[in-house]
Amino acid sequence: MRQGSRAAASVLPALLCAGCAGAQSAFDTGGAQALGLARLMIFIMAVCAAVWLAVMAALAFALWRRRQEATEPLAIDARRQRRMSLVVGGSVAATVVIIGLFTVTSFWVTRSLWAGDRDAVKIDMRGYQWWWQVTYRDGNQAFTTANEIHVPVGRLVRIRLTADDVIHSFWVPSLTGKQDLIPGRTNEVSFVAERPGVYRGQCAEFCGLQHARMAMQVIAQSPQDYDAWRQSQLAPAAKPSDPEQVFGEQVFLSKPCAACHTVRGTSATAQLGPDLTHVASRSTIAAGVLETTRGSLAAWIADPQTIKPGNNMPMVALSPDELNAISAYMASLK
Amino acid sequence: MTSEAIPLDVRDRAIDDDTLRARLAKTWATPRGLWGALTTVDHKIIARRYLVTAFIFLALGGILAVLMRLQLARPESRVLGPDFYNQIFTMHGSNMMFLFAVPVMEAMGVYLVPLMVGTRNIAFPRLNAFSYWMYLAGGITLWLSFALNMGPDVGWFAYVPLSGPEYGAGKRADFWAQMITFTEVAALAVAVEIVVTVFKQRAPGMSLNRIPLFVWSMLVTSFLVIMAMPAIMIASSTLIMDRLVGTHFYNPAEGGDVLLWQHLFWFFGHPEVYIIFLPAVGMVSSMVPTFARRPIFGYLPLVLALVATGILAFGLWVHHMFVTGLPRVGESFFTASSMSIAVPAGIQIFCWIATLWDGKPVFKTPLLFVLAFLFTFIIGGMTGVMVASVPFDTQVHDTYFVVAHFHYVLIGGAVFPLMGAVYYWFPKFTGRLMSERLGRWVVGLVFVGFNLTFFPMHILGFEGMPRRVYTYQHDVPWAALNLFVSLSSIVLTAGFLLFFIDAIRSARRGVAAGDNPWGAATLEWATASPPPPYNFAHIPVVDDANPLWSAPETLTVAGGLRVDRRELVVTSVAEARPEARESSPANSIWPLLTALATTVMLIWSIFSPWAVVWGSIPIAIALTGWFWPKGTPEDEA
Amino acid sequence: MKHRIVLDLSELPQHGWDSASPTWWGTLAFELIEGTGFALAIAVYLYLYSLAPAWPLDAPPPDLGPGTWLTAVLLISVIPNVLVSKWAREEKVGRVRIGMIVMSVFGIAPLVLRAYEFPAMHISWDTNAYGSVVWILLGLHTTHIITDLGDTLVLGALMFTRHGHNRRRLGDVMDNALYWNFVVVTWLAIYGCIYWIPRL
Repeated sequence: MRQGSRAAASVLPALLCAGCAGAQSAFDTGGAQALGLARLMIFIMAVCAAVWLAVMAALAFALWRRRQEATEPLAIDARRQRRMSLVVGGSVAATVVIIGLFTVTSFWVTRSLWAGDRDAVKIDMRGYQWWWQVTYRDGNQAFTTANEIHVPVGRLVRIRLTADDVIHSFWVPSLTGKQDLIPGRTNEVSFVAERPGVYRGQCAEFCGLQHARMAMQVIAQSPQDYDAWRQSQLAPAAKPSDPEQVFGEQVFLSKPCAACHTVRGTSATAQLGPDLTHVASRSTIAAGVLETTRGSLAAWIADPQTIKPGNNMPMVALSPDELNAISAYMASLK
Repeated sequence: MTSEAIPLDVRDRAIDDDTLRARLAKTWATPRGLWGALTTVDHKIIARRYLVTAFIFLALGGILAVLMRLQLARPESRVLGPDFYNQIFTMHGSNMMFLFAVPVMEAMGVYLVPLMVGTRNIAFPRLNAFSYWMYLAGGITLWLSFALNMGPDVGWFAYVPLSGPEYGAGKRADFWAQMITFTEVAALAVAVEIVVTVFKQRAPGMSLNRIPLFVWSMLVTSFLVIMAMPAIMIASSTLIMDRLVGTHFYNPAEGGDVLLWQHLFWFFGHPEVYIIFLPAVGMVSSMVPTFARRPIFGYLPLVLALVATGILAFGLWVHHMFVTGLPRVGESFFTASSMSIAVPAGIQIFCWIATLWDGKPVFKTPLLFVLAFLFTFIIGGMTGVMVASVPFDTQVHDTYFVVAHFHYVLIGGAVFPLMGAVYYWFPKFTGRLMSERLGRWVVGLVFVGFNLTFFPMHILGFEGMPRRVYTYQHDVPWAALNLFVSLSSIVLTAGFLLFFIDAIRSARRGVAAGDNPWGAATLEWATASPPPPYNFAHIPVVDDANPLWSAPETLTVAGGLRVDRRELVVTSVAEARPEARESSPANSIWPLLTALATTVMLIWSIFSPWAVVWGSIPIAIALTGWFWPKGTPEDEA
Repeated sequence: MKHRIVLDLSELPQHGWDSASPTWWGTLAFELIEGTGFALAIAVYLYLYSLAPAWPLDAPPPDLGPGTWLTAVLLISVIPNVLVSKWAREEKVGRVRIGMIVMSVFGIAPLVLRAYEFPAMHISWDTNAYGSVVWILLGLHTTHIITDLGDTLVLGALMFTRHGHNRRRLGDVMDNALYWNFVVVTWLAIYGCIYWIPRL
C-alpha cells in the first residue's frame, strides 16, 4: 500500500508536467502573444489555487475545531452570529476585489493581443471541411497553398479568417489564442513568432466527421529563409523532368483531379480542393494526416476514403501504372 | 362509522383521527393496477417516475461516456469510427443535459415542494402527469433515433451551418431539435406548477421569510425555466424550419446569420446550467442545517444570492462566444458579468461553512456528499472564473480544459448534492434507509474516481487537445494522460454502479426509517415515510422557519377541510393568509391522451409541415376532454 | 406527531376569484412564457435588421391595409372582452353567454383579416431571412389567436350547459379574457415591428 502510494507520488507529477512542453502547448510559447496569455493564465491560476486552499482550510477548521457540548439547534448566540457575519462579509468583499482584479488584467491583456498595423505579413485563411486554404496577399503577388504556413521570425503576421462551409477555428496554441472561421463573417487573428520552429495547430470547432483530423503547421523561419520559401512558392509548378512524371502530369490533367485542384503553370485551375502547385514542399498531406512522401501520396490518391473517411475527395480509379506515375509527378512538385 | 348516514359535505373536524385518515386515503387514492398508473395525478408517484426514468438516462449516458473513453484511451484507435463517435458524444451531452440533469432536479422539486410547503398536491396535477409523458416521449424519440443510426451527430449545441439543411444530412438534427420541444414543454409545465404551488399553496403562516431554502431554489429555477426555455424553443423551431420548409434564419447568403443560432442557443444555454445548479444548491442548504444541527446561517443573504444568481444568469451568455469575433469591449463586459456570478456563489459557500462551524457536524453520507461537493464544485468555480477571462478563454475554449471545467461544476456542483439528496430523502420516499456503509464507499469511489478522471483534462487542454475529436494522432503528447483518464473512469463507474445497487437493494430490504430519521426541521418530515396520498391529515400551520425544531412533539394544524372531495388551502402570496378551500383534480386519463396526440404531431412534423395543422386536431379534442367538467365534487365552487 | 388544531378553514369559499385562483396565476405564467417568446422573436427581427444592408430585404415595406384593419378589430374587441369578464365576476350567466358569442366572432374576424395580411408582406417565408422572420412573427401570433378562439368556443359552449352556472367556469371565462388582452397587447408590439420598422 505504501509502495503504491510512493509510486503514485512520483508518477503523478511527471504525468502532470509531461505535456507542458510540446508543439501544440499553450505553455511552450513561441511569441509575445502566447507568452502574454501564458503569464495571465498562470497569474489567475495561482490566485485561484490560493483561494481554493483558503476555503478548504476554513472548511476543515469548521468541521474539526474543538467545540463545547452540543446545544439545542435553535439556541443562537447573537455575538457569535455577529462575528460570523463579519467574517462572511469580509470574504465576500475579498471575492469582489479579486474578481475586479481579474477583469481589469484580462481586459488589459486583450488589448495587447491585437497589435497595431505594422508591416505585417498578410494571409487569408479559408476553412473547408477538413482542410485549410492559405493565400498570401503580401505585396502585389499572391499565391495559394494549403495547411502549412511559413512566417518570418520577428514580424507581425495578420491572418484574415473566412469559412466556406461550416464553422472552423484557427488555433496554434504556442503562438496565440484561437479565433473562429465563420461562414458569412470575416475574423482576424495576429501574432509574432519570436522563435524559429514548427508550431502545430488544429481546428478547434467541431466541423463534422473529420474535425479530429484537420491539423495545420506554422513554420517560423529566419527572414532570409522565409523570403526564399516565398519566392519558390510564387514560382509556377516544376515541369516534369522524366517520362514517368510526364505521364503523371497527363494522368493528372485527364482524370477528375483537375476538376478540383490547381497546379499553376498547367491548365488545372480549380479551387475546390487544396492547391497542389508545391504540394511536395509541405511536410504533411491531408491536413496533417500523413507525412509527405511519394508512398503516402500514392496511398492517399489510391484511396482517400479509407485514410480519412468521409472527406470530400472521391476515389478515382487508376491503373497501377497511372498511380505510380501520378505519385511521381506529385512528389516532384516541390 | 358504518350505519350513520355520512353528510354530503363532510369536514375533517367532524370525524375521529383514524376515520379521517381512512377517508382521506380513499379520496386521494391512486387505484392499483395499470389504469391507476395511467390516470394518477399524485405528485409523489409522478415524481418517482421522473426520478427512475432520469436515473435510467443517467446510466445510458454513462455507458456512452465509457465508450468514448475506450476510444480515446489510445491514439488512432479504431474502436469506434468517426460517425458513431460523433453520434455518441452528441447523444452523451444531449442526454445528460436534457434527459437527466434538468428532469432529475425538476423531479426532486415535484416530490418535495408540495410537502415542504405543507400542501396536499402540486398545483395543476394533470399538467404534471402530462409533463411526465412528454418527457418520456422525448427521451424515447431521441434514443430510438440513435438506435436506428439516425441519431444526431452535431454536438449537443448543434451549431449551424453544420446542423443546417446544407450540411446536416437526413433527419438527424431534426430528431434532436424535436426532442428539445418535448423536454422543454415538460420542463415549462413543471415550472408553472412549482411557481403556483409556492405562491399560492403554502401552509398558513408560512410567510416569505419562512419558506425552506430548497423551495426558494426551486422557485427561482422555475422562473429561469420560464424565461430561458422560449429561446431554445425558438432556436430549435427555426432550425427545423430552415431544414424542412426552406426558411433562411441561419443562411448568410440570404440575410440570415450563423451567429444568430449561437445567441439564441446560449441565451437559453447559460441559464440552463443554473437551472441544473440552483436546485442542487437548495439541496445543500437543506442538508447542511440537518447535519450541523443548526439553522442555516444567513437565510436572507442565501435567498438574495439565489435571486441574484438567477438574474445574473441571463447576462452571461456571450462568454460561450468569446472567439467568434464579436466586438472586444462587448466581450469584456461579459467577462465582468461572468466573473461577478462568483459573488452570490461565494456568499452561499461562506454561509454553509459558517453553519457547519457554528454547529456540531454529524458525518453521515449526505454530509459526506456535501463535503465532496464543496471540494469539487469550488475547483469548477475557479476554472469558471478562468474561462470567463476572454484572453484565457482564447487558449482553452473548445479544449479539454472546458470539458474538465463543466464536469467539475456539473458533477461536483449538481450530481454530488443530488446523490447526497438521494441518501437524505430516500427514507422519506420509500420508508427505508439506504446503507450508511455502502454510502461511504460510494462517496469515496465517486469522489476519487471523478477527480482522477477529470483533473488531468485541464492539462490536456493546455497541451492543445481540442474537444469533440474521435481520435488523436501519434505526433501529439496526449496518449499517456488519455490512458490515465480512461483507466480512472473505471473507478468512477464503479462508484455509480455501487450507488445504483445500494438504492435498489435498500428499496426492498433497507432498515425501516421513521417519519424523521435525521431529526430535520422542515415539514416533509412531519408526515409518514412514505407520505400517505393526501400528504398531511390536517394542513400544517407554521409560525417559524424550522417548524419541527421549534415544536418537536406537536404539529399545529388547520381544520375544516372536506374529506369527501380532494381539497387543499390556497393562501396569499406574501403572508400565506388562507383565501380559499380549493379543490385538487381527481385522477384522469386525459393527460396521457393529450400527450399521445402531441407526440404524434411532433414526430410527424419532423417529416411534414402539415402535421402542425392536421396533428393539432386530435390535440384540441384531447384538451377539450381534459377540461370538460366531469360533475365530480371537485368541480363544485 | 400529534396534531393540534389552531385554525378553522370551514368558512372559506370553495373557489377564489382573480389572485386567489390558481388558474389566474397559471394564465399569468403562460403569458410570461409566451411574452418572452414574442420578445425574443422581435429581438431576432431587430438582429437581422441590424445586419442587413437594406431593409426589408428585396421587398417593399408591407401594405398597411389588412394589418391596420386587424389592429383596429383587435383594439375594439377589448371592449366586449372587458365586459364579459365583468359580467362573469358578477355571475350574470345570461350576459356572459351573449358575450362569449360576441368574442367568438371577434376571434374569427382577425383570422380572416390575417389571411389577407400574409400576402401583404410581398415576400415568401423561403425567399430570404426577412421573409422568414416576418412570417414567423405573424405565424406565432396567429397560433395564439387560434388557440384563444378554441378556448372561447369551448367555454362558450360550456356556458350553455348545466356546468355554466359555476364560479369555476366563470373564473375560467375571466382567465380567458385575461389571455385575450395579452393577445391584443402582444399584437401591438408585433404590428409596430413589422409595419413601422421598415418605414423608419
